[in-house]
Amino acid sequence: MEISTELFKPLNKRTPAREEAVRPSLTYWKDAWKRLKKNKVAMICLMAITLIFLAAIIGPYLIPYSYSEQIRGEEDLAPCREHLFGTDGLGRDMLARVLFGMRISLSVGIVASIINLTIGVVYGGISGYFGGKMDNLMMRLVDIIDSIPTTLYVILLMVVFKNPEVNIFELPVLSLFKGLGASLISIYVALGTTYWITMARIVRGEVLSLKEREYVTAAKALGASNMRVLFKHLIPNCIGTIIVITMLQIPTAIFVESFLSFLGLGVDVPMASLGSLAADALGGIRSYFYLLAFPSLAICVIMLTFNLFGDGLRNALDPRMRK
Amino acid sequence: MAAKDKKILEVKNLTKFFPVKKDFFGTSHSMVKAVDNVSFYINKGETLGLVGESGCGKTTTGRTILRLHEPTAGEIIFEGNNITEADMKPLRKKMQIIFQDPYASLNPRMTVGDIIGEPMEIHDLEKGSQRKDKIYQLLEMVGLNREHASRYPHEFSGGQRQRVGIARALAVKPEFIVCDEPISALDVSIQAQIVNMLEDLQASLGLTYLFIAHDLSMVKHISDKVGVMYLGKLIELADSEEIYSKPAHPYTQALLSSIPIADPSESRKKKRIILEGDVPSPINPPSGCRFRTRCRYSMKKCEELEPEFKEISIGHFCACHLVSE
Repeated sequence: MEISTELFKPLNKRTPAREEAVRPSLTYWKDAWKRLKKNKVAMICLMAITLIFLAAIIGPYLIPYSYSEQIRGEEDLAPCREHLFGTDGLGRDMLARVLFGMRISLSVGIVASIINLTIGVVYGGISGYFGGKMDNLMMRLVDIIDSIPTTLYVILLMVVFKNPEVNIFELPVLSLFKGLGASLISIYVALGTTYWITMARIVRGEVLSLKEREYVTAAKALGASNMRVLFKHLIPNCIGTIIVITMLQIPTAIFVESFLSFLGLGVDVPMASLGSLAADALGGIRSYFYLLAFPSLAICVIMLTFNLFGDGLRNALDPRMRK
Repeated sequence: MAAKDKKILEVKNLTKFFPVKKDFFGTSHSMVKAVDNVSFYINKGETLGLVGESGCGKTTTGRTILRLHEPTAGEIIFEGNNITEADMKPLRKKMQIIFQDPYASLNPRMTVGDIIGEPMEIHDLEKGSQRKDKIYQLLEMVGLNREHASRYPHEFSGGQRQRVGIARALAVKPEFIVCDEPISALDVSIQAQIVNMLEDLQASLGLTYLFIAHDLSMVKHISDKVGVMYLGKLIELADSEEIYSKPAHPYTQALLSSIPIADPSESRKKKRIILEGDVPSPINPPSGCRFRTRCRYSMKKCEELEPEFKEISIGHFCACHLVSE
């Protein structure tokens, strides 16, 4: 192919010689969002999670029955137009009870993630950053907490909280949560004491390796305080891991609550949680199969969507962690 | 120039040992002698080049001066004050550092504007729109433009990142900068740009540099004085011209003979001194003169006695038994 000289045009002299960066700046979040959008499963799960939250928050207001209301003469109904999920042996609407149970489950998930994000991140960050003896001490404490099973915590706490001589709701902060009942409070407290250790360990590991980076030395050379280095440089650099761990810890916490409720350690009657609903339905499994099916299905969907979304988020936020 | 002869920084018998191999109880039985009894001074507005092969303690010396490592022994005197145990925060404004690896020294989660603004935030310098103006001014000073402030480090090339690192160091208006191999991670064409920029900044801002490098020709270009280190020891120190024309220490001679000459016929005539063996371990350095295991002129005396760091002619110091006699 021959290129004739007419095809050449004189270069505009005013064009700056220095190359100008014209591509729009792609931040970490934009980049992660772009990767996440490509993952169909994660996007479906994200939508499902949004729907689950909406259903749990607004759902109970849209149906004419409350979770504790007994409708005489409508006991043991199979799913029908008035009661989409049927009713239980006491004439309570199952849809209302399942939606309420989802509320309890999600509240447990939220409590677990708040604990993870506060105690877990700060504890792990401090332990990793200061290192040495302090790190050793802090991590041994974590090991001790980790060695006691959660079930045992919950049972012990419940014994204390349900003791009529110890009225925990007289305590200033806890009086706000009186409506939740002692059992749910003990689940929250048990999660509060144990659920941050995975996060603490992982954040510690990340900080331990990140603190050797040169930008940390640079910040120190600029006179930055330890707290500044930790919260401005180190933790923002493990934010991807933190989000992913939080997302993966939520379903575990929800499962722990359901499992404890199933064993009868969960919410007090007439409250409902997905686990207690399943436990109640177990007796009539041959005749009233749907009473077990709906709460179990709800647990499965919640677990699955959170786990799959967490997985997708990990791939999007930290491409190196992809398997 | 009277001001030029004023010592801005003096280091006396600076020593930094790192403990290794901790046992179960956390007590250490051996030490890496990274920097051992190093003394020198730098006059205001001058550049001291520090050369030596990998692992000889150049970087540790630079970082210990800034107290990024706590010195094991010795004194650091900055502007007449002993800062060996001083509170460093106010001094961080006067002493800064430029790092070797421009990819690792910038926080990937901060915009360039935030990175350059951080020192001002830490020291409460400029505020609000004034800070923004200062950031733009610094960016332009290092040859970038103001649009770059909102971008992230990964969007820049190595040379551009190094410029950002320099702008960050300049943000506190320092007087003394440790340049820790600022050019060794860059392309040769970019190296010249950065070195020239450092020289221009030195001239316009009156900066003093401690220039750590292993590229001898680059060090010759930028330095007023050059110090040669070997295994944690300063073995020769002289004016740049002097050390390149009359190297006294056998190690310096070997180093200088390794500089390539850009003329094949000249190059063929040159005799290259090739050092035998590897650098001994700094945990257990050789007795006497540390260089004796690789030295062509090694004598019995070298094994028994450590050579003194003596002035052999005006302003030319050397630690070798051959020249001190």
